[in-house]
Amino acid sequence: MAAEITAPAYRVIPIVPALKPDAMEGVKPFVASEKIQDALGFPGTLPDDWHERAIAKMGELLKKYRSLKVYLDACVHCGACTDKCHYFIGTQDPKNMPVARQDLLRSVYRRYFTLPGKLFPKLVGARDLTKEVLDEWYSYYHQCSECRRCSVFCPYGIDTAEITMAARDILDAVGYGQKYSNEIIGKVHTIGNNLGLPGPALENTMEGLEEDVKEDTGIDVRFPIDVQGAEVLLITPSADFFAEPHIDSLIGYAKVFHAAGVSWTLSSMSSEAANFGLFIGNYEQMRKVALRIRQAALDLGVKRIIVGECGHAWRVAYSFWNTLAGIGAGADDPYALMLQKQLDQRHKQPTHICEYTWDLIQRDALKFDKTKNDHLVITFHDSCNVARASRMGDEPGGQFDIPRNIIRAVANNFVDMDENTIREKTFCCGGGGGLLTDDLLDLRVKGALPRMEALQAVVDSHGVNYLAAICAICKTQFSKTLPYYGFNMRMIGGVHQLVSNAIILENKQ
Amino acid sequence: MSIASILFAALFYLAAITLAGGLAYRIADYARTPAPLKIPTTPAPTTTGGVVFRMAREVFLFESLFKSNLWIWLFSILFHFGLALVLLRHLRYFTEPVWSWVVLLQPFGTYAAFPMVIGLAGLWARRFLVERIRYISTPSDHLMLALLLAIGLSGLSMKWLVHTDVVALKTFFLGLMRFDVEPLPASGLLYLHLGLVATLMLIFPFSKLLHAPGVFFSPSRNQVDNPREKRHLAPWAAEMEK
Repeated sequence: MAAEITAPAYRVIPIVPALKPDAMEGVKPFVASEKIQDALGFPGTLPDDWHERAIAKMGELLKKYRSLKVYLDACVHCGACTDKCHYFIGTQDPKNMPVARQDLLRSVYRRYFTLPGKLFPKLVGARDLTKEVLDEWYSYYHQCSECRRCSVFCPYGIDTAEITMAARDILDAVGYGQKYSNEIIGKVHTIGNNLGLPGPALENTMEGLEEDVKEDTGIDVRFPIDVQGAEVLLITPSADFFAEPHIDSLIGYAKVFHAAGVSWTLSSMSSEAANFGLFIGNYEQMRKVALRIRQAALDLGVKRIIVGECGHAWRVAYSFWNTLAGIGAGADDPYALMLQKQLDQRHKQPTHICEYTWDLIQRDALKFDKTKNDHLVITFHDSCNVARASRMGDEPGGQFDIPRNIIRAVANNFVDMDENTIREKTFCCGGGGGLLTDDLLDLRVKGALPRMEALQAVVDSHGVNYLAAICAICKTQFSKTLPYYGFNMRMIGGVHQLVSNAIILENKQ
Repeated sequence: MSIASILFAALFYLAAITLAGGLAYRIADYARTPAPLKIPTTPAPTTTGGVVFRMAREVFLFESLFKSNLWIWLFSILFHFGLALVLLRHLRYFTEPVWSWVVLLQPFGTYAAFPMVIGLAGLWARRFLVERIRYISTPSDHLMLALLLAIGLSGLSMKWLVHTDVVALKTFFLGLMRFDVEPLPASGLLYLHLGLVATLMLIFPFSKLLHAPGVFFSPSRNQVDNPREKRHLAPWAAEMEK
């Protein structure tokens, strides 16, 4: 890592940068300790037979995941994706071009699993799996935030995130895990959230928030926890419990629930929406994390599950919870029906907090004083997992429109960034996919470049001073990286922070 | 009967079996490998009909490529649609009487070889001229384009420069279709053309040409966006619930 981390210069015209081969060679996050690995059931260190294990794991994944098999075969090296990755744009390292990143794994796949690669490795770009190759995987598969932007542009829909996840799964299987993600998953398994915040601390924090809101507004807004028989179980990223600006959106959700007059609760056992099992591409870990939410819903007897502002968590909740833990609808197996019968199927299960709030707004159930946000000129950053791996509402694209509709309903000044940097073409914040760790700060600052360029443009043209996002990782990442680009770190905030500013509350009995 | 006739007959039987068998194996392999998670790239269609429409736009219009890069899109469209017309035109060598729509297609199919070759040349030029694409190109990427270009150019040469005896050629292929080896016209250019085509057929199931069947099996493009409404479970994942 460079001694001093600085932001790369804006591109004069946002064209494709020249290549700087090996610019990010050897950049990598801390490796997980034996203890961290053990806790997840992975080998603690690289075993002597790592080579056989890695190839065997790849073979296993090729049988389990059609995506991996098809994507490794189908690429024609057309180059459509080469200029689409924010890490490539920010670092200029050619191995951060999506196709080149895929080829790090594809070359090994070809060598061991295809006829031409076995017969003519040089011809088809196949290579042996060596320790150097494994190190290269560790480095460059931790320079991908699994944001799926490349998959939008690929003529075959090849999703580099699937390749990155497979590579990380193989690395874990040979004891070469990443400290940041794996340590966090271990905390969820034992304590129930990424931060390792135990129940009593959580209760204290919630009591403190009730006092704060009472002081600010004079209203008794509740922050309930472990309430049996509550209607709504809120599953939100644990950063919402203490980090800035996340906590302001948590206050926003509570105010919305208060105004709606609905009973809701958090769960101390399952106090985390994030699911880093996704980042490491491990189905079992992802399932184990999701099962805590199923358990909490069954234990508390709730009718609805609502998910707070978190990007990858919403992907897992929306796209995978039904698969992993039967949280959803349309099942015919007893396992899933156990919970699906309990949930109120008049509502979408799970529901995003933005879907919930927008529904109330449409039914005129919430009142706002929009002038409370008049000091802000707002733009909206589509978080990658929400944008390209999930939906809100009934229509495709609802994930873009609903948050914007909410912002327009609670504030007067909204402007979108360049159309090539929003909606399904949005750029990752630069910190997603398990990279939100200080040992990768240089990469994170560089990866933020395309988003910062687009932000700078609307700051210059419209005086934007608020960057709204619905993702805990985006919020943390921007708080950290905005200053490197000369912006105020407090520009970043949640959508429900704006809701919180403008909502008009009454005391309820 | 010339040695060449027998050799080419054998070659084409081998190539046809490899192509059909290889592709059938690949397709079956893709089809039986489960997609355990819902991963459509969103916004995605919420109905099966919508997915068919999305896939059709992808296959016939190269929609995603159009969003990505106009140059690659243009050369790809020229090449693929040129090739499609050329292939359909070649049905006349395998059907007697020639199907009426193939007759109608004849002039288009004849000239389609030009955009096909132009498209290939453009795609190949990018591999030299664009730094990023030069970086990702392997020898096989170049050879594949060389092979296709040589097929196109040898075919064009027989059409416009050195005519070959197409009546005898057709007799040869009609013969092959009833397992009867008829004499193949002795022409170096024709030998070259046929040899290259057979090569292409032989390597198809082992190469990146698998993008053709692969696109239909791409979960990011072929899945319906309905994970909340319907439980999606792979057999190996269902085992975990037992």
